[in-house]
Amino acid sequence: MTEPILSIRNLTVDIPTRHGLFQPVRNVSYDIHPGEIRGVVGESGAGKSMTGNAVIGLLDPPARIATGEVILHGRRIDQLDAEEKRRIRGKEIGMIFQDPLTSLNPLFTIGEQLVETIQLHLGLSATEAKARAIDLLDRVAIPNPSERFNQYPHQFSGGMRQRVVIALALCSEPSVIVADEPTTALDVSIQAQVLDLIKDLARERQVGVILITHDMGVIADTTDQVTVMYNGEVVESGTTEQILGAPTHEYTRSLIAAVPRPTLKVKRFPLIGYGGRATEFKIADLARNWSKPAPSKSGQLVEVEGLTKRFLERGALLPSMRRYFTAVDDVSFDIRDGEVFGLVGESGSGKSTVARMIATLYPVDGGHIRFDGDDITTMDAAALTAYRRQIQMIFQDPFSSLNPRMKVGDIVAEPLRHHDLLPAPDIGERVRELLDRVGLSADAWRKYPHEFSGGQRQRISIARALATQPRFLICDEPTSALDVSIQAQILNILKDLQEHLGLTMLFISHDLPVVRQMCDRVGVMRQGKLVEVQETDALFAAPQHPYTQELLGLMPKLDKLSDEGLATEAAGV
Amino acid sequence: MLAFIIRRVGQSVLVLLIVGLVAFSMFRFVGDPIDNMLGQERTIEDVERLRTQLGLDQPFPVQYFKFLEGAVQGNFGVSFRQGRPVAEIILERAPATLELAFVSGLFAIVLGIALGVFTAIRRDGIVANVIMASSLIGVSLPTFLIGILLIYLFSVELGWLPSFGRGETVPIGSWWTTGFLTESGLKALILPSITLGLYQMTLIMRLVRSEMLEVLRQDYIRFARARGLKGRVINFRHALKNTMVPVITVIGLQLGSIIAFAIITETVFQWPGVGLLFINAIQFVDIPVMAAYLMLISVMFVGINLIVDILYAFIDPRLRVAA
Repeated sequence: MTEPILSIRNLTVDIPTRHGLFQPVRNVSYDIHPGEIRGVVGESGAGKSMTGNAVIGLLDPPARIATGEVILHGRRIDQLDAEEKRRIRGKEIGMIFQDPLTSLNPLFTIGEQLVETIQLHLGLSATEAKARAIDLLDRVAIPNPSERFNQYPHQFSGGMRQRVVIALALCSEPSVIVADEPTTALDVSIQAQVLDLIKDLARERQVGVILITHDMGVIADTTDQVTVMYNGEVVESGTTEQILGAPTHEYTRSLIAAVPRPTLKVKRFPLIGYGGRATEFKIADLARNWSKPAPSKSGQLVEVEGLTKRFLERGALLPSMRRYFTAVDDVSFDIRDGEVFGLVGESGSGKSTVARMIATLYPVDGGHIRFDGDDITTMDAAALTAYRRQIQMIFQDPFSSLNPRMKVGDIVAEPLRHHDLLPAPDIGERVRELLDRVGLSADAWRKYPHEFSGGQRQRISIARALATQPRFLICDEPTSALDVSIQAQILNILKDLQEHLGLTMLFISHDLPVVRQMCDRVGVMRQGKLVEVQETDALFAAPQHPYTQELLGLMPKLDKLSDEGLATEAAGV
Repeated sequence: MLAFIIRRVGQSVLVLLIVGLVAFSMFRFVGDPIDNMLGQERTIEDVERLRTQLGLDQPFPVQYFKFLEGAVQGNFGVSFRQGRPVAEIILERAPATLELAFVSGLFAIVLGIALGVFTAIRRDGIVANVIMASSLIGVSLPTFLIGILLIYLFSVELGWLPSFGRGETVPIGSWWTTGFLTESGLKALILPSITLGLYQMTLIMRLVRSEMLEVLRQDYIRFARARGLKGRVINFRHALKNTMVPVITVIGLQLGSIIAFAIITETVFQWPGVGLLFINAIQFVDIPVMAAYLMLISVMFVGINLIVDILYAFIDPRLRVAA
């Protein structure tokens, strides 16, 4: 085997705090060889990014490297002073961040940002630097590089921006690239392109890549070696085949088991029980105090017909001069009683807009939405209030969907008070019951949202949504912001609720494996149009529409993952 | 872009018309100017003659229209007290106020931005903390008190600087006089400029600091560091430009208020500017002067904000495309 380009040896990072010393990274070691992609996987807070930052000397004070060594080309770099570390950054170690929308300075053209970096590291003249910048843009497959050189970041799409970020990281031919969640913010088709680009870099230019991610699919598709981190420590390292196919550590096994598979539908997700976290909680008597909704008249709870939504793109005084963007274009589907209907598609495909129109958050521009036979587009105010009580929504971001100034008890009680469903003295009792139903402790009601983790907050959102005893629940990317083990937990709760309370659900996601696990039928959206509606099993087995086929083809292959723990669950229930 | 500017100009004109209405209604509703202009010994004929002469016998909309017509041409009527055209009086006084506003605005902007950037970069430094703490004085002390304290220290105790007036001035062209060219003129500018600009300076500084701290937390600053850029380039090229986008709006508003608030400073320092003129006009219910001053201030406010809006689009490329 060749000499490693970069070695991390027994790295420990200290953060002194008022409550004593906190060590987010403890005793971490791994090597990067030329042309090798090493995946570093783990949940949020596992210390993956902190390790990456420590390597390139970007730790934010007061965090500092306490012990251990970072060796680049045989030379220790962890002890260099700030100025020498700066010289290495960008020149010998490049970095790619998660969110391409915020990684580029909005006020400078991408050309200015490229030339600035090239001139700094290579000392070229302005014209030479420009030529090189255009060459780099060409290399990361940006069309018309000499024109786009003079454009600002906001004129690029997300995927194109991430290419610019990669071009910036490549400015001076670094031998190592640290890619921190490089595709997490991107759509699946763009993710595939960016990962291909990173793979090409490793193969053709013999760059060593540290790929930090929480996504097992990305690991399975891209990496050669994998390091699994948990709670600041490396629990397991090895080749990708070995770690995914035959994990030896209990944590790795539970992590892999919690990954939703596109191929196999499980009844419930096995939950990560390692380290005493995120275990299954007992939910006693889900259906207590819950009157199961009467079946709808026609068997179709929601009927959507010819639904259209246009957004004003450019305003003008004359109607003929106005330009519109059609976000949802003539979409029709039905959702049966007690069914989970999935809507999938890439960002901008209009799936959330459909949900918002059903929830009456957006007015409808064309078509009809019928709920249990009644057209909501022609309802009067009183009927709409009654309708809104029967539908509730769960949003993607559990951090911004809860008012930080309200106590959890008030958040959950708000729908009850708003719709005047219970006499005031009974509300407290009902709130505690709702919180209990989603597995939160009895005293949760008097705390504030910031005292809870992302998964717990999403459970608060669910409790709030259940307060009015809705018949129909809209979940808009309910788990996209969560770690895989927490995702498994939330999906299990949703499955239980759906089953025990007879809820009908509209489940929106860009994550095909999750949709596969949750939905009875799935609609695929693209550019505002619904291209295909199918039973879930049929859709995944034999997609009809070319776009669906393409989407499924881009899905990361998870065949390498061990099936351990899944089969028994699937068979046992 | 052009449509954007036209729209903003249209809005500005509307604002000016409304201010004009307010200014003009003073004639109508704040006392009777005839009472002030003619003494006790007046006759009914005198009153009627003056009323006709001043056009006060015509219906309100006609008077308003005539007032606007005059205002557009720079004709604000005749001062009740001095009997000279208001425009002439204001023009005579304007250089003093404008020079004072210019120097204190420059002082506020340059020092405010520099100190703001410094305190943001050296967030935990002792010097930065001392600056931040003492900036509270600038925000919390009223202008007249600062002026009086400065006069006491530098004029009365130390005797370095004059305590009132503009010093010697040199005429430039037909009506402009400047204090920039004589030593006594420059000396006389120092204390009033600091007094007038101190509040704006501390405000700009605190704003720049908090905006800069916000910007320094952004991903693109992190990414700039990851690219190995030098600290100086990151702070003054990448961070400062982003900091300035919101700061410029506030600076625009503040420059307007520097001119408007010059009244107090001018009174404290007996500065022969428009503000002092306005104070005297109020004492004598000299309505044409008051109305003209009101119009002048609003033209300045609206004009500065218009420029700021256009400047905004130049700094931020995202607005350029959207507009």
